[in-house]
Amino acid sequence: MRERDTVWSTLSYVLFFAMLTSLYLIFLFAPIERTMGHVQRIFYFHVPSAWVAFLAFFMVFLASVAYIMTRNLRYDRLALASAEVGVIFCTIVLVTGPIWARPAWGIWWTWDARLTSTLVLWLIYASYLLLRGFVEEERRKALLAAVVGIVGFVDVPIVYMSIRWWRTQHPQPVFAGGEGSGLDPQMRLAFFFTLAVFTILFAILTRLSAGVRRAEQDLAELDRLIAIKE
Amino acid sequence: MTYLFAAYCFVWVVLFGYLRFLQTRLSTLQKEIALLKASIEKK
Repeated sequence: MRERDTVWSTLSYVLFFAMLTSLYLIFLFAPIERTMGHVQRIFYFHVPSAWVAFLAFFMVFLASVAYIMTRNLRYDRLALASAEVGVIFCTIVLVTGPIWARPAWGIWWTWDARLTSTLVLWLIYASYLLLRGFVEEERRKALLAAVVGIVGFVDVPIVYMSIRWWRTQHPQPVFAGGEGSGLDPQMRLAFFFTLAVFTILFAILTRLSAGVRRAEQDLAELDRLIAIKE
Repeated sequence: MTYLFAAYCFVWVVLFGYLRFLQTRLSTLQKEIALLKASIEKK
């Protein structure tokens, strides 16, 4: 247990320096984009945030399936922690997107397929978190949340494919988007480095959040024990 | 540059705010658990 704590603590320090390196790569190493200028640098946080949100919601899906199969509350805690972190990163996507859209498109928001499906994704998982507050009994709450966690994941591939399926205001994919897509090598390095940093951050936040849920359950159990003794 | 600054400030405030919230919450809960465990042992 102590060894595992040391690994996580080391990872946190590595993350701190990696974040500083990522800022250096984004602001000083990566070249200025020709048409949009400096504001394009929002891309380095906007896209990795979307990746982490997708990853988090995929974790919710896996953990929810695992909970339904095993009824082990450990998976419910993992699903809840991932959903919470996913909503945080999805919020970042929904706020940094319009901040970037304003100077790039001249508007803050448009109801195109990508933006709308992303907003729906945020609403699904925000509801997932809210729903848990309405059910008292732990096992029933976990089961209901697992069902929402599985059904809600349907929107993730829709968000991802929306710019391929429909004509949107949102730009076409930068990677694997066909002819003319791709990044300058220096931009690519800054991007993938930041992507790795955000993925580590996701792992640390999810672990911490799951730890909080575990402690909350332990506390409730202790309260119950004390009530029985009295 | 104003938009870029606004976007980066938002990201950092949200991420560090959330991290701080989790750390504080975990530490409070751990203290409460320790207190309750001690009180159970006394009884």
